[in-house]
Amino acid sequence: MYSNRFFNIIVPVVSVLLGLLAGAIIMLAFGYNPILGYQALWNGSFGDLYFFGETIRQVTPYILTGLSVAFAFRTGLFNIGAEGQVIVGWLAAVTVGLTIEAPMIIHLPLAVIAAAIAGAIWGFVPGLLKAKLGVHEVIITIMMNYIALFTTNAIVRNVLTDQKDSTEKVPESASFMSNWLMEATDYSRLHYGILVALFAAFIMWFLLEKTTAGYELRSVGYNRHASNYAGMNVDKNIILSMVIAGAFAGLAGAMEGLGTFGYISVQSGFTNIGFDGIAVALLGGNTALGVVLAALLFGVLKIGALNMPTVAGVPTELVEIVIALIIFFVASSYMIRWVLLRLKKEGK
Amino acid sequence: MNDYVVEMLNIRKEFPGIVANNNITLQVKNGEIHALLGENGAGKSTLMNVLFGLYQPEKGEIRIKGKEVKITDPNVANDLGIGMVHQHFMLVDTFTVTQNIILGNEPKKGGKINLKRAEQEVKELSERYGLKVDPTAKIRDISVGMQQRVEILKTLYRGADVLIFDEPTAVLTPQEINELIEIMRSLTNEGKSIILITHKLKEIMQVCDRCTVIRKGEGIGTVNVSETTPSELASLMVGREISFKTEKEPAEPKETILSVKNLRVKDARNLEVIKGLDLQVNGGEIVGIAGVDGNGQSELIEAITGLVKVESGSIQLNNKEITNLSPRKVTESGVSHIPQDRHKFGLVLDFSIGENMVLQTYYQKPYSKNGVLSFHTIFDKAKKLIEEYDVRTPSEFTKARALSGGNQQKAIVGREVDRSPDLLIAAQPTRGLDVGAIEFIHKKLIEERDKGRAVLLLSFELDEIMDVSDRIVVMFDGEIIASVKPEDTNEQELGLLMAGSTSKKEGVQ
Repeated sequence: MYSNRFFNIIVPVVSVLLGLLAGAIIMLAFGYNPILGYQALWNGSFGDLYFFGETIRQVTPYILTGLSVAFAFRTGLFNIGAEGQVIVGWLAAVTVGLTIEAPMIIHLPLAVIAAAIAGAIWGFVPGLLKAKLGVHEVIITIMMNYIALFTTNAIVRNVLTDQKDSTEKVPESASFMSNWLMEATDYSRLHYGILVALFAAFIMWFLLEKTTAGYELRSVGYNRHASNYAGMNVDKNIILSMVIAGAFAGLAGAMEGLGTFGYISVQSGFTNIGFDGIAVALLGGNTALGVVLAALLFGVLKIGALNMPTVAGVPTELVEIVIALIIFFVASSYMIRWVLLRLKKEGK
Repeated sequence: MNDYVVEMLNIRKEFPGIVANNNITLQVKNGEIHALLGENGAGKSTLMNVLFGLYQPEKGEIRIKGKEVKITDPNVANDLGIGMVHQHFMLVDTFTVTQNIILGNEPKKGGKINLKRAEQEVKELSERYGLKVDPTAKIRDISVGMQQRVEILKTLYRGADVLIFDEPTAVLTPQEINELIEIMRSLTNEGKSIILITHKLKEIMQVCDRCTVIRKGEGIGTVNVSETTPSELASLMVGREISFKTEKEPAEPKETILSVKNLRVKDARNLEVIKGLDLQVNGGEIVGIAGVDGNGQSELIEAITGLVKVESGSIQLNNKEITNLSPRKVTESGVSHIPQDRHKFGLVLDFSIGENMVLQTYYQKPYSKNGVLSFHTIFDKAKKLIEEYDVRTPSEFTKARALSGGNQQKAIVGREVDRSPDLLIAAQPTRGLDVGAIEFIHKKLIEERDKGRAVLLLSFELDEIMDVSDRIVVMFDGEIIASVKPEDTNEQELGLLMAGSTSKKEGVQ
């Protein structure tokens, strides 16, 4: 049947396949073997334990930024600010990690919560401006990204360190890293953060689909006038949605600061984890489960692609093009939906 | 030998799982006004979309002026001289009347649009059919009635001989309706033929020559309007007897439930739209607000329900102040509100019909516990309401968007009435509905009254006001200028009052 559920599954799958196909054509056109290329991509992400560990490590922050964008989107808001929220979350997590001494059972959660709060504050500002003054959240969140980037750089250089480019590593009591996980995956940087990310996905699903707060958020996202008529506080829900979205992205920062790297350094530009989160959310249809799957795909592409130049000789630039094509086809899912409907009609 | 201009013979149109049109025959004579009558969802629009080339029929044939044709898309329909005046206007707000009319069909002179010539042509057309449209006015500056005339001109400009009017009076005031009827007569005098899609029997009796009735996708037949009565048409349409006069016992008003005193409200442009209004509604009575749209009726309702801020004055419910409370607090203190615009306010269209049934009560027990929704209870409740209020939907999980307008409205009425409020506000509760649904909703309003609730009814249909209300208040320019009993007045008098004739005021009171 033409059920929505069916389309929500089939459209992203077709998008990805079309993207891979277009990527293959590009590789062929430039004289590279696409089969070898995709083999290298697969081996580079699942081929051995090290690559597998790295892929999961990369998926972790993608899940969280994807959730961030998806959550705001479900309330009718476009959170372009996940990038800035990641950066301030990263900073907050490392700061708490370095400045406080406590046993792990207190220290680690404290650092994680600090990251979530920092991201939440970064989401609160555009939420407040949107609710009270009607300023479009896209503009504010983009600007907040720059504020986050340059303020964080200044703090890292002048406050956390003495004119150095990066901080010390956080102590073990505030770290997601685990020798056991590293050894099990051939010394990849895999850390326990993935559990936090999966738990966050569960939280998003539960919050939106099962609670009264989620009912309100969804209702406001679909129809502000009817929500107001029904007695919901629309302004409050807009702010709440941005705060929760910011907290998710802030957690993604904690994944980098307490897990992957263990420190924060001066960034010359954006991390792109937040921006990639927009594509992850889109590909995942703005649902929790979809985001987890889409993040997995993005992790595979990002990590597996590292293997393509060395094994199949495909240049990095071409790899980027292939990834961009997949995203392009995902973003044009409307077109695919339309074509599928057409085919169905004629097939009858 | 054949004087039919349009013939649709034995048309059948199927959609997956449903037969929208089955064996329907519609024959329109040259120069007549032909009504197409049917309930909401009976298949009128489908049939017209077949004629307009938007759908292809599975069976049957279409003849235009005696010649068999295949109408594969709207352009073919245009070329055959068929024009459609849509219910929802398709006009560019910031363009002038002429620009809108020529859109897609611009007269060109060397790659430039010849606006002068177009304006002249539009003016001529407008004068010929008595439309009185200013070709240079911008759409956003003219009234809804005028906009509709622009739509009519659009079809005439494209050379239409057969005009399809899709529920044209739904958006018009009584005066505008009379003018439209004049326009339709002058169109047929000039040799045009008109198909009028409607479910308003009064209009059919007033203006149409013949009437084809559709019921649940089946063609029921065609009758001469001069040989029939409204009740015959209604029973043809619904398939059972319909009582027109809403049956009710005399009201037994009790203590005051709603009391509005010296209310003043400003609109978004900071203009005063309610100017010191006083109103009382008692338990056990239905008070109807009559008035021309735009005299502050919507603002009054929004002020009572907490949707707009009150400048000064007081609103009391059961002797408790509810002025400027939030909409939720107002709802909780015992007010239900069937809103005027069901899509904008009444429903979250992308929610299931079940979720919509608890739009105001989702946070209360038993629908949620400790902030977690109990979907089981919610959908059980929805199922009950769907049955009780005869909402036709595949299931309680279906999205509200997928329901027809009448069923959406029944769902809203069910939700609001079921809360059993002290005060029930019904704003245009039957707009766009067919007689069956109207009868049902009126019955529900009267039931509430008989339970001792106060009912405030806002409607732009004088018939509805006269039929259902126990007391009529007339609103003009932000004030209530008269309060009359329906049995002591008539439509003419109300019409004068609605136009603000204060000289009648003393006579009435």
